[in-house]
Amino acid sequence: MLQMAFNRNHKKSRRSSPCQGRRKLCELRIGEQGILESIDLPGPAGRRLMELGFLPGSLVTAACQAPGGDPLVFGVDGSQVALRRETAAFLTIRGEAPAGD
Amino acid sequence: MSGCDGCPAKSASVRRTGEAAPHTRTVAIIGPPNSGKSTLFNALTGLRQKVANFPGVTVEHRIGRISLSRGQEIDLVDLPGVYSLTPVSEDEQVTHDVLLGRMAGIERPDAILLVVDSTNLARHLTLAAPILSLRVPTMVLLNLGDELRRRGGVVNTEALARQMGAPVALISAARGEGLEAVLEFLTGTLAVPAPVDLPVVHDLPCCREWAGRMGERASYRAPAPPVWTRRLDGIFLHPVRGPLTLGLVVMLVFQAIFSWARPLMDLVQWSVHASGERLESALPESVLRSLLLEGVWGGVGSVVVFLPQILILFLFVTLLEDSGYMSRAALIADRTMAKVGLQGKSFIPLLSAHACAVPAILATRTIENRRDRIATILIMPFMTCSARLPVYTLIIAAFLPERALLGPLLGTRAAALLGLYLLGYLAAFTTARLLKSSVLKSEATPFVMELPPYRWPTLKTVALTLWDRAAVFLRRAGTIILLVAIVLWALAHLPLQDGRMPPLEESLAGTMGRTIEPLIQPLGFNWKIGVGLISSLAAREIIVSTLGTLYGIEGDPESRGLQAALQRDLNLGGAVALLVFFAFAMQCMSTLATVRRETGGWRWPAFQFLYMSGLAYGGALAANHIVRLVVA
Repeated sequence: MLQMAFNRNHKKSRRSSPCQGRRKLCELRIGEQGILESIDLPGPAGRRLMELGFLPGSLVTAACQAPGGDPLVFGVDGSQVALRRETAAFLTIRGEAPAGD
Repeated sequence: MSGCDGCPAKSASVRRTGEAAPHTRTVAIIGPPNSGKSTLFNALTGLRQKVANFPGVTVEHRIGRISLSRGQEIDLVDLPGVYSLTPVSEDEQVTHDVLLGRMAGIERPDAILLVVDSTNLARHLTLAAPILSLRVPTMVLLNLGDELRRRGGVVNTEALARQMGAPVALISAARGEGLEAVLEFLTGTLAVPAPVDLPVVHDLPCCREWAGRMGERASYRAPAPPVWTRRLDGIFLHPVRGPLTLGLVVMLVFQAIFSWARPLMDLVQWSVHASGERLESALPESVLRSLLLEGVWGGVGSVVVFLPQILILFLFVTLLEDSGYMSRAALIADRTMAKVGLQGKSFIPLLSAHACAVPAILATRTIENRRDRIATILIMPFMTCSARLPVYTLIIAAFLPERALLGPLLGTRAAALLGLYLLGYLAAFTTARLLKSSVLKSEATPFVMELPPYRWPTLKTVALTLWDRAAVFLRRAGTIILLVAIVLWALAHLPLQDGRMPPLEESLAGTMGRTIEPLIQPLGFNWKIGVGLISSLAAREIIVSTLGTLYGIEGDPESRGLQAALQRDLNLGGAVALLVFFAFAMQCMSTLATVRRETGGWRWPAFQFLYMSGLAYGGALAANHIVRLVVA
């Protein structure tokens, strides 16, 4: 069932994602994608995120969420990484860039 | 003296001819977490491995030996999983130091086996850049090759080898595929790697870009996403079914500990009893016979009976960890952890504390925030460790009749055990809350956790873990528990009165017990339980062997007799009080020693001991009085 919901959301986001500007990673809905712009976490935490694939320019997908809605699970650079919403708020993304953006 | 028959070490050694100079090479295995390093290590070394600690630091590593014919031997070192070599966490510092030969007590490795996940090659190869720049002979192993093929991925290993300037092999450690190539590399001539246009190794984006380029040049095609992982996550992380599944899994584990272990425990019990009887009839009446029967058989025997339960617990912990379910459980638990001021990362050490607090305390080193780490360490001993199991099951079985509660799913005894685990959590989380809102207050630290794809655990890894745990448990039974049992036996038979053994009450042990009796009487305990409490300060399960010895002296050498004796000596209030006491009390020397080492002084372990002892006494006192009020 979650799988179906996943596909549905995914299609919707492709068709009519209203926001192409900058927003926080935690604002991505399940199934949506975005290009990572910046990580505003200092020190080891930011570095750990980069090691896990959260590098500026990489494509991040909101894959699913834990029961209760937090933490969120993101697909990034071939793996799945869980972040709390409060952490994901420090990461900025651009909405999925269509051709010619 | 090579390993088992059919072991890859042997077949590889046959192929090697003509080379001389047998000496022991040190080889380090390194790779990111979840790349299958440990599976490879197990596949190569089998039973010839041990867990060790580096001097001065807390990072655990394993060392194993591979023997080849012609006397050549290889010491294989399994290092902690790291994403990079930049020394941020202690794990990375240790890995860095070992590879550069700066770690005391371990030689600079002659070669490195870099293990990466071939299903996520481009990202995992990022680690190859700093490793190859060390100029240590390196072989790059693309693990999980079977999964790559199954999901339709491809990689040209020869092209990649040219780019890396080092040998590359596609292997599957779990299936034992491609290990001959590894052994050939280990025994052959070692050459320093010569990678093509290596980037600045401390610049992560640069390294990642380089890794991507390497993948492209090796015509790497990433496999299709793991369909099963998505499907399973759809169930296990479902808002309703997810927590429900977690609950069912936990119940299953508890029911298994009680019901499935029973036949095995009966078997062990029967062997202890039967061998004791044979010994009794074979030996003449003497001090030695008394020592062997009452001290060793009565004491150590009553603890060994619990081996099946401990193995079943570890079987489940290993299966849950290796299959990838444990990190989903951590994800579900994170919200609860956040409420008490801790993070989801504390959850995995806390879960593994169900087995033993000592490795769990070592596992807290992944928590970067020091205050979070100390808070996690301090609540760790409240988690119900396997040493409490013998005590709990003995008392529950003696005082609670077995009845089905949820059909075959849950019985009264398993439910009682579950209740004691919950009591442990309650104490742990309340304590965490208190600490995090007072002395250990800190800024929230980000929670970051990788969710590995679900995988079948390999039989070899599970078997080796169980073997290792059985060995640890039996070693404890054969050393510290045996020692305490013998000392106790002596205390119970001294001082001699007119050359004869004194009655138990007038012996040294009896005197000790009766001295503290006024203190523990309000809890519903008599002096024999008191002796048990004193001896269990060293380790919790010793109370079982102590009571085994004490009641054995009274002529009841087996554990079923121990249950009967307890029913005679304790009323229900005392029994519940004893359970509560054990749930809260800090009775474990090794844990205290570990806490001292990890927190760098006696301040925290002293606080922990006093706090937990006070809570245990108060809790037991309250429990005894409440039960007596209810029953009366």
